[in-house]
Amino acid sequence: MNTPALKEWPLWEVFVRSKQGLEHKHCGSLHAADAAQALHMARDVYTRRQEGVSIWVVPSAAITASNPDDKGELFDPAADKIYRHPTFYTIPEEVGHM
Amino acid sequence: MYTQAMDIPDESGKKLASVATTVSDQEAAFEARIDADGRIEPQDWMPEAYRKTLVRQISQHAHSEIVGMLPEGNWISRAPSLKRKAILIAKVQDEGGHGLYLYSAAETLGTSRDQMLEGLHSGKAKYSSIFNYPTLNWADVGVIGWLVDGAAIMNQIPLCRCSYGPYARAMIRVCKEESFHQRQGYEALLVMMQGTEAQKAMVQDAVNRLWWKCLAMFGPPDADSPHSAQGMRWGIKRISNDELRQKFIDATVPQAKVLGVTLPDPDLKWNEERQHYDYGQIDWQEFWNTVEGNGPCNKERLATRVKAHNDGQWVRDAALAYTRKQQQRAQKEAA
Repeated sequence: MNTPALKEWPLWEVFVRSKQGLEHKHCGSLHAADAAQALHMARDVYTRRQEGVSIWVVPSAAITASNPDDKGELFDPAADKIYRHPTFYTIPEEVGHM
Repeated sequence: MYTQAMDIPDESGKKLASVATTVSDQEAAFEARIDADGRIEPQDWMPEAYRKTLVRQISQHAHSEIVGMLPEGNWISRAPSLKRKAILIAKVQDEGGHGLYLYSAAETLGTSRDQMLEGLHSGKAKYSSIFNYPTLNWADVGVIGWLVDGAAIMNQIPLCRCSYGPYARAMIRVCKEESFHQRQGYEALLVMMQGTEAQKAMVQDAVNRLWWKCLAMFGPPDADSPHSAQGMRWGIKRISNDELRQKFIDATVPQAKVLGVTLPDPDLKWNEERQHYDYGQIDWQEFWNTVEGNGPCNKERLATRVKAHNDGQWVRDAALAYTRKQQQRAQKEAA
């Protein structure tokens, strides 16, 4: 990441793992001067009530997002591929749970 | 909250977006999504007026949380017990947190934190006028929890279904925490009402001073609220000012009875036909006067806020200087 002269504290995205065994989930963002400070602030802003056991912070600028205009091209093709779902297939009742 | 600072692929992404969509197409898609009660996310196209309305509303909301720390913060050093002090510190910290969630949500609309703070500190931006009244005795802290936060919850629950995703998500977090605020306030008052005559009188005094201000928190009557219709159309506002006010009154009257206080309104009585409580006239002149900056504490609140910000400037500067130094050191080592 190239670093232009900072004027404002940059923005970070915060991900919190709510308990061991679950994934980290995006929960919000905050401003901090660096990663260590971002972690510290995330703890105070997003986990005041035991909401987490682990935190990730990522510079917001480092995230590449898909463009909403591409939503159709990217995701619509999956809509007509119903054979990708188990319910597409009829199995005789006597087979039971499969 | 998803932010504008995220990098959307531009050149390579263009190839995927086959035809250039015109504004009217985009507008139609936006309207269709609103009609279907769908959600709008930061990167979606939205009308400029929708964006502006949200920036105004969310930033005002954030400012209210931040300024809201001041009247209660005044009582931290004078809380009557260690338990009440710990509770109050936790509550004030929550308000700061709510401000931060909301500033982040507003930033997804393309405004910056510094711009919003500038708006607040220069007096251009508004915040809830309830915080421009003084907290004169300890019971005020309880009444703020019970009535002010109670009114705020009424306002905020429908916002959890707001059409703008980041705002709705922030409000879900806020509402979860507000419930603690209201209950701790009510409980603090219950304890005082079991105390001496002087303590009971303090509670009644605080209720008398704050009741009408809380009713005004829901905003002007529907008939005088020009922005309301558009906000409803856009799914930003779900329930009208008057309807929310009525819900708040209906919910509060029985709570006041249990507490043993009188709500200072001679016209307040159950209307069997409407199945609601009737209530008296709100002094809107006084409300607007406070909104315009002439309430009892407007100047003091803003001055306290600006001083806190200025006094913290060296901390922000030092943190940035440290980061720059670390980055330079890392670059030197890499070279």
